[in-house]
Amino acid sequence: MSATVATVAQARLRPRQSLFRNPTLRAVISLAAFVLLWELGSRLKLPWVGDVPPPSVVFKALLPLLDDQGYWYSWYQSSRRVLTGFIAAMLVGIPFGLAMATSRVFRDVTFPVFEILRPVPPLAWVPAAIIFWPTQELSIGFVIFLGAIFTIMLNVLGGARSIDVRFFQAARSMGSSNWDIFRRIVLPGVLPSIIVGCEVGIGITWNVVVAAEMISGGGGAIQSSAGGGLGFFIWSSYIGGSYPLIVVGMISIGVAGYISSAVIRRLGLLATPWVRAR
Amino acid sequence: MSAAPGVAGKLHAAIKPSEMRVVGVSKGYGDARFRTEVVRDCSFTIDPSKLTVMIGPSGCGKSTLIRLLAGFERPDSGTITLNGAPVTGPARDRLVLFQESALFPWMTTWDNIMYGPRARGEVSRETLDMAEFLLNKVGLGQFRNKYPAQLSGGMQRRAELARAMINNPAVMILDEPFRGLDAMTKELMWEYYSRLFEETRRTNFFVTTDIDEAIFLADRLLIMSNIPCQVRAVLDIDIPRPRTLIAMVEDDRANEIKMNGLSILHEEAMKSFSRGSKAAADFVDAYSRRVSKT
Repeated sequence: MSATVATVAQARLRPRQSLFRNPTLRAVISLAAFVLLWELGSRLKLPWVGDVPPPSVVFKALLPLLDDQGYWYSWYQSSRRVLTGFIAAMLVGIPFGLAMATSRVFRDVTFPVFEILRPVPPLAWVPAAIIFWPTQELSIGFVIFLGAIFTIMLNVLGGARSIDVRFFQAARSMGSSNWDIFRRIVLPGVLPSIIVGCEVGIGITWNVVVAAEMISGGGGAIQSSAGGGLGFFIWSSYIGGSYPLIVVGMISIGVAGYISSAVIRRLGLLATPWVRAR
Repeated sequence: MSAAPGVAGKLHAAIKPSEMRVVGVSKGYGDARFRTEVVRDCSFTIDPSKLTVMIGPSGCGKSTLIRLLAGFERPDSGTITLNGAPVTGPARDRLVLFQESALFPWMTTWDNIMYGPRARGEVSRETLDMAEFLLNKVGLGQFRNKYPAQLSGGMQRRAELARAMINNPAVMILDEPFRGLDAMTKELMWEYYSRLFEETRRTNFFVTTDIDEAIFLADRLLIMSNIPCQVRAVLDIDIPRPRTLIAMVEDDRANEIKMNGLSILHEEAMKSFSRGSKAAADFVDAYSRRVSKT
């Protein structure tokens, strides 16, 4: 019967409506409209967008970069730094968050420090990071690490504390040991929150990559294989006064962040089949 | 269905008539000045091999009693014993079926049922056969690899019954297990659950707010007072088993017990109603609708 209803509903749709039913198509239309409005706004010198180079100019600036090794090396450098800092944040943040969730004492001792450090913006850490760490790369990695760790920890802590108390009671009644409860209740129970934390966290690492790579100082010319990373690419384009290249750098970071989050989301779904099974 | 023939026999043989006694139990929450006594000097027994049903207006402290019986919390005073031994904490001999589902969402039906044996390191041919038997017994053979979210409400409750039964508890404690199911599924679950009880005659303690559910299921009915929780009346439901819904509707004895029970409950609800309890107001409302129906 439901099939009949669906057919009737589809038949009633006008073609224009059914076109909008495809999510991919909607995304394409949205992006196209965005680019078009930007182009128009830029060409018509509308306030605010008038000073931004139009997408056609940005695209022209991007084209030669596509076979410029330096540009791709920037991608590689930033991705490597983001990934290293992010993995370090996971390695520290997840166990830390779990410890805070499972031990009252540990939480009481660490939480105040954690809450004071958390609001400090990663940019504010830059000078300290340069002083603290022996190498430039470690300083950059540290700032990126700070960008992600608090989000990951907070999500782990919140996720673990929101596990239904009846799960613990049921497990305990059926004879589970503490370790068994940790392994079979706490870990899977908190996994969806870990994934959300990582998804948001890796986005933040891309947010802070500009600040972090200001440390690198770059190696000179913009389009050479300076290897400062995408964040530095933007910074040096600004110094060099090339507006289209600034926008190229911005879009590059946006795309990189989008890909990173999508990959984590996909991996997360693989790791939590029960969340998908609704 | 394909399980080894001896499994059902083993399951039934392992069930021993068990009795729980609650003597003079009190429990309160909150600090001195804002203390609420939820249970006060409450005594009753859960008779061996009987299905004891406890009914009381919502918010009367039934869930607190369940937590005490299960050993999740300790009473402030009084004693709770199982076959003479005091209850000191949660254990497999007193398993609780919670309101709504407490199946582990990240485990399939099979893994949920096998939780207890795995937790205790008791995975053997025998427990695997038993899990297989119970899985089919609750009619979820086709759903062994499904997650709880993929099961209907009724299936979830049956999976939970199987998860409890494999641990062979001396007493099964059920806290409004069929709440939230639609009326049709609920009635099917009553019949299903009472068949299961009749087969095994395991000591069962069932808590509800629904008088029809209570009378359909119970051997003994404990009617609770309003907060602080005490036993207000004990009715023996001497209607022969197996019972069917249709027969119950026409059974004069059942209706007599129902009217009797409702009038006691009504009195209790009115007491707290006059003290401004929302729960009681809801109950009185539901009660008056039900009485006008009969």
